[in-house]
Amino acid sequence: MIRKEVANVAEAVNGVANNHTLMLGGFGLCGIPENAISELVKLGVSGLTCISNNAGVDDFGLGLLLQKKQIKKMISSYVGENDEFERQMLSGELDVELIPQGTLAERCRAAQAGFPAVYTPAGYGTEVAEGKETREFNGKMYVLEHAFKADFAFVKAWKGDAAGNLIFKGTARNFNPCMSGAARITVAEVEELVHVGELDPNQIHIPGIFVQRIFQGTDYQKRIEQRTVREKI
Amino acid sequence: MALDKNGIAKRIAQEVKNGTYVNLGIGIPTLIANYIPDNLDVEFQSENGVLGMGPFPIEREEDADIINAGKQTITTLPGASFFDSAMSFSMIRGQHVDLTVLGAMEVAENGDIANWKIPNKMVKGMGGAMDLVASAENIIVAMMHTNKAGKSKLIKKCSLPLTGIGCVKKVVTNLAVLEITPKGFRLLERAPGVSVETIKEATEGHLIVKGEIKEMNI
Repeated sequence: MIRKEVANVAEAVNGVANNHTLMLGGFGLCGIPENAISELVKLGVSGLTCISNNAGVDDFGLGLLLQKKQIKKMISSYVGENDEFERQMLSGELDVELIPQGTLAERCRAAQAGFPAVYTPAGYGTEVAEGKETREFNGKMYVLEHAFKADFAFVKAWKGDAAGNLIFKGTARNFNPCMSGAARITVAEVEELVHVGELDPNQIHIPGIFVQRIFQGTDYQKRIEQRTVREKI
Repeated sequence: MALDKNGIAKRIAQEVKNGTYVNLGIGIPTLIANYIPDNLDVEFQSENGVLGMGPFPIEREEDADIINAGKQTITTLPGASFFDSAMSFSMIRGQHVDLTVLGAMEVAENGDIANWKIPNKMVKGMGGAMDLVASAENIIVAMMHTNKAGKSKLIKKCSLPLTGIGCVKKVVTNLAVLEITPKGFRLLERAPGVSVETIKEATEGHLIVKGEIKEMNI
């Protein structure tokens, strides 16, 4: 077995430098790498390009890095719910590239899977396709979208082991599997790091080969953005 | 009388066929799930990675790890599954999801849709809308017939940045049900008590009215 376990979050983010491109898993605040984000704030690296479906909220998730002006550019599909983000975007301090959600996922997956680019129908005929190569297949038009190139991918899983195997829970899975192995170094944080052999190989979502570092996360807040409930009948 | 949001949702629920997978957008479309008859087997997909969505949880049973694409806490029904974002959009682009219902700011008579960006205003992003409209075989738009300023949202040509081209099949508004045809918006039904004349006035794009237009049955 090849061991991927590192002692703590500080060791896990070692090597992240100014102007790096980072992938960060999560959908809204669901399944985000909370520990890695806190550590990046502490580390004070700046000029970051962040590939993440969303940009957190003012005081949590990527919002924490935005507050400290550590992010130069965001590549996302949806970025509401964040006043500081809006301020930086409108003032021109922050560069924002909005891309279709499925394209975001597939550009990660392409990087993971060794494809330089993929053709997608999403965005054809819209401003998203401007300046991009297009091509017809079987009478339908497609846009060529390139695989991302990132220095680090930070993902969060429910359970993992020292071999780097990961299991996700619920919709906290989202972009995390697509980003695993899609950057030069993939760092996984888990709610529960179990002994090797405890995870059933049949149930592994992401095999350890896609992960370079794994650590036991702490103090998860797992905030809910839109708490919606119904009356008990 | 023109329909309210729930009325629009109720009418669209009639378009949902047994044995289909459906993706509902944020806003009016979300309400449609409340009006699907119990005898229909329909599974709702949310693009953040769940198939077989159920109702909102009861208090204290919310789980931060189980949400829909609107980031609301949800539950799952027996037979549900979770998956990653790439697989979720494989379901969408691969046309495994049968029906997509979403809101819009503008729909053009050729089926173009604009619903993600107003120039010079804060842009939040397209989320999964561009993937959904580029792929789904059946796309229904749920929206009000006119905007807050009273301007028609069913127009000749979209003025706002597009989300997708030539993709909308049907539009259900507070006033009418319309089908997109090669010749324009074909009026299929009118809301209870709403006249064809009222619909004509509220529609800027080419409106085709053939024969008697029946009232919606809701």
